[in-house]
Amino acid sequence: MTIAAEVMPIDKALAQYDPVMGLEVHVELNTKSKMFCGCPTEFGAAPNTQTCPVCLGLPGALPVVNARAVESAIKIGLALNCEIAEWCRFARKNYFYPDMPKNFQTSQYDEPIAFNGWTEVVVDGETYRIEIERAHMEEDTGKSTHIGGATGRIHGASHSLVDYNRAGIPLIEIVTKTIEVPGEKAAAVARAYVSMLRDLLLALDVSDVRMDQGSLRCDANVSLKPRGATTFGTRTETKNVNSFRSVERAVTYEITRQAAVLSTGGKVIQETRHWHEDTGITTSGREKSDAEDYRYFPEPDLVPVAPSREWVEELRATLPEPPSVRRARLQQEWGFTDLEMRDVVNGNALELIVSTIELGVPPSAAKKWWLGELARYANESGTELGSLDVGPGEVAEVQKLVDDGTLNDKLARQVFEGLLAGEGTPAEIIEKRGLALVSDDSALLEAIDRAIAANPDVVEKVNSGKPAAAGALIGAVMKDMRGQADAAKVRQLLNEKLGI
Amino acid sequence: MSDLTRKTAAELAELMTSGQASSVEITQAHLDRIDAVDGAVHAFLHVDAEGALAQAKAVDDRRAAGEQLSPLAGVPLALKDVLTQEGVPTTAGSKILEGWKPPYDATVVKRLKDAGIVILGKTNMDEFAMGSSTENSAYGTTHNPWDLGRIPGGSGGGSSAAISAYEAPLAIGTDTGGSIRQPGAFTGTVGVKPTYGGTSRYGLIALASSLDTPGPCARTTLDAALLHEVIAGHDPMDSTSINQPVPAVVEAARNGDVAGLRIGVVKELGGEGYQPGVEARFHEAVELLTKLGAEVVEVSCPHFQYALPAYYLILPSEASSNLAKFDAMRYGLRVGDDGTNSAETVTSLTREAGFGAEVKRRIILGTHALSSGYYDAYYGQAQKVRTLIARDFTKAYEQVDVLVSPATPTTAFAIGDRIDDPIAMYKNDLCTIPSNLAGNAAASFPCGLADEDGLPVGFHVMAPVMRDDLLYKVGAALESALAEQWGGVLMTKAPELEVTR
Repeated sequence: MTIAAEVMPIDKALAQYDPVMGLEVHVELNTKSKMFCGCPTEFGAAPNTQTCPVCLGLPGALPVVNARAVESAIKIGLALNCEIAEWCRFARKNYFYPDMPKNFQTSQYDEPIAFNGWTEVVVDGETYRIEIERAHMEEDTGKSTHIGGATGRIHGASHSLVDYNRAGIPLIEIVTKTIEVPGEKAAAVARAYVSMLRDLLLALDVSDVRMDQGSLRCDANVSLKPRGATTFGTRTETKNVNSFRSVERAVTYEITRQAAVLSTGGKVIQETRHWHEDTGITTSGREKSDAEDYRYFPEPDLVPVAPSREWVEELRATLPEPPSVRRARLQQEWGFTDLEMRDVVNGNALELIVSTIELGVPPSAAKKWWLGELARYANESGTELGSLDVGPGEVAEVQKLVDDGTLNDKLARQVFEGLLAGEGTPAEIIEKRGLALVSDDSALLEAIDRAIAANPDVVEKVNSGKPAAAGALIGAVMKDMRGQADAAKVRQLLNEKLGI
Repeated sequence: MSDLTRKTAAELAELMTSGQASSVEITQAHLDRIDAVDGAVHAFLHVDAEGALAQAKAVDDRRAAGEQLSPLAGVPLALKDVLTQEGVPTTAGSKILEGWKPPYDATVVKRLKDAGIVILGKTNMDEFAMGSSTENSAYGTTHNPWDLGRIPGGSGGGSSAAISAYEAPLAIGTDTGGSIRQPGAFTGTVGVKPTYGGTSRYGLIALASSLDTPGPCARTTLDAALLHEVIAGHDPMDSTSINQPVPAVVEAARNGDVAGLRIGVVKELGGEGYQPGVEARFHEAVELLTKLGAEVVEVSCPHFQYALPAYYLILPSEASSNLAKFDAMRYGLRVGDDGTNSAETVTSLTREAGFGAEVKRRIILGTHALSSGYYDAYYGQAQKVRTLIARDFTKAYEQVDVLVSPATPTTAFAIGDRIDDPIAMYKNDLCTIPSNLAGNAAASFPCGLADEDGLPVGFHVMAPVMRDDLLYKVGAALESALAEQWGGVLMTKAPELEVTR
């Protein structure tokens, strides 16, 4: 492992060099069974409990293609505007690794199921077109855990444990063609692309796209060429980058690192690199030359895959509205600003807000509850917004109580608090906590009298021509009423009393 | 009751149905025979006496309970050691799998068990089915019961020797380039390579995936057909398995009427390099079939001359990939795991110790043939030849129903004769390989003894994909015609083996 090179500031790097990128994204499909056998694919099961002779590659065992995985592959291909092969094959990619049971990976090589596509991403209001080289099917490998070393890597480990539960889970690898966008946008476009893919895959319901569980992994190829040059530089491949932010950081880092190497007369080595989330740098992995020889040949254990045109068209008809299109439509319908919409999306609240609005809640209110009270609670308790005990139904119910004057926003927040604490239905919580608004004028007037009596200085200010000072009296009344008063009503009664 | 071992499978089934013998008695008779002669023959790598007797008892009990059983229920069988059998040692003739007990049954094995067939044990073979003599087994050579100084053929020498030594009435072989048919020819027995995809490869330890085909070995055509019917048919666990009804092989074996059948003699499979005694018996057999009403014509398959080189590129290529899994990590042999060596070193040491010379030779050949820069010149070219050979067959079948040739250019050779000359060894499969490359059905039937050495000669029949029934039709016709001359099947001419124990 080499020590991280000096880096050149990004502005300086981009003034001298144009970056060229290629992105390879691996997606684990959410099929119930594995790519070539019937084993379950649940994440987090005890090691080696989801295996059989086929996914363990035992002598004699044979693969059979999971038709559902082919269906997902076709959907992904169609959603990325690819051509779908009329006839394609699996190939064996021969290389040795202890967590790969057969010591070859059953993959697709020169005959992928989907190819020649394109998609678009938007960065700072600018649309960038990304050409898709191919999307092909393959199987995942097992997972090694290295024991005894300080770093958790194989160096220094006394032994390794292998879990084959993941071996054979269906993967789709989506490979872009060379991406040449203005250098200062390169990293942001990379991030936007992966983020767009995630949304797309979610909308297609073909993957859980959990980056933290490795079901979406990005390899970023980066090279630099001197400004104006036409030939590509030597590329590096940064493997398994595991978050959108890291994709952006890793691309930026490689640009600054390679620029530093090149500017001092050095040579970029063609190699794979590891991304370090904590330090934000990449380090040298395995040297990867063009001579690497996987000895691909058509997988003789499998018959070719030949999806009928009718099937492809049936699948095309089931494709959902592309997420970017849908998002633009919803933003317009809801009247949100770009910034508001970005908060909704980044907060993973889009689908929840859609469902809440469908139940009759105004968009602004739906956004307010989900991004406010509920997001805060989810964040504090370390859970997902979508897995809280409060769903769109509860939000709609609470909002209805606000609309009919039973609750104000402050009380509504307390109802949510009760809901999240499992104190029962909104009605039960209002009852138990005594939360309903006081609508009785006489009680309010009594409180107003008390406030006036207790704050003669404020009354004097108001009387001396400063009506704005009355706000302090409203506050006092609300406090007296323990918040259970309609502030507008209080203001109206107070104004009448003071003759404003 | 030693004569139980002289019965055919069909006869044994009849004895059980009529209550004259039990499966336990029949199984015990064969176990006794193995005990008596296998020291000299070495057909078996593992005899599962306990398991076999338990299976036999279970069949007897079911029969006693009046249960309707399948035709071969209770008949014993010898299983080539390349098919997985749950809990029973399976080695593929290699040291690298010594002691491995598979956790699952091959589909063929499952079907045998479901049919109540009693599995006596696992038979010897060339390591990973690489070889034409069974001299490449890591566990010693099998001897040809006709002449113990000779090889029984390969790679399924153990299976064919077991049935010709009367250690079992039936056996299962696998045929990648002739490994059922060539040993069949050398031991005077019937060996059938079904249509590729007609029998399941699930649980068959792969040599070359696009060629491997499990099939039946027996002493008579009918027995082979009865066994064929048990093991054939679509298997959802094998995606190359053909989803069509099994051809009516038993009916064809019982009927054996070749009147009007058009038979093509392949011009390219004969002449120079063929032993005169082999050619003589072959031509007599063709004569016989003509007398029985078959029409015989000469047919040319010009690309067959390239079959051997194409085969010896495709097979090692696939094998080099299939054998990559033997890495000492999960099962079988492990050498050098003393805490100081890396996983890579343990793998290397294990492979060095666990693979034999022929296996290493083919892995290197295949690795080279698939490597970048050579793929097109070797593997790619071989696949084109394969297509041309398949076209030769298609064209030939436009003129005739079946094709015939000698099964092998020579009779069984002496042990050690060709072991140092791989090319001479490979040439033994000249006649059988084209059918594997094209995936069609083929079989070897006994057609007499060569004058020079008194050893069996095999008559090779090839039929279109999923027309396995035609093989049995020809085989049955030939068998009954020759039985008239010999007073029984050819096996009755075999010398008695000396009982060693």
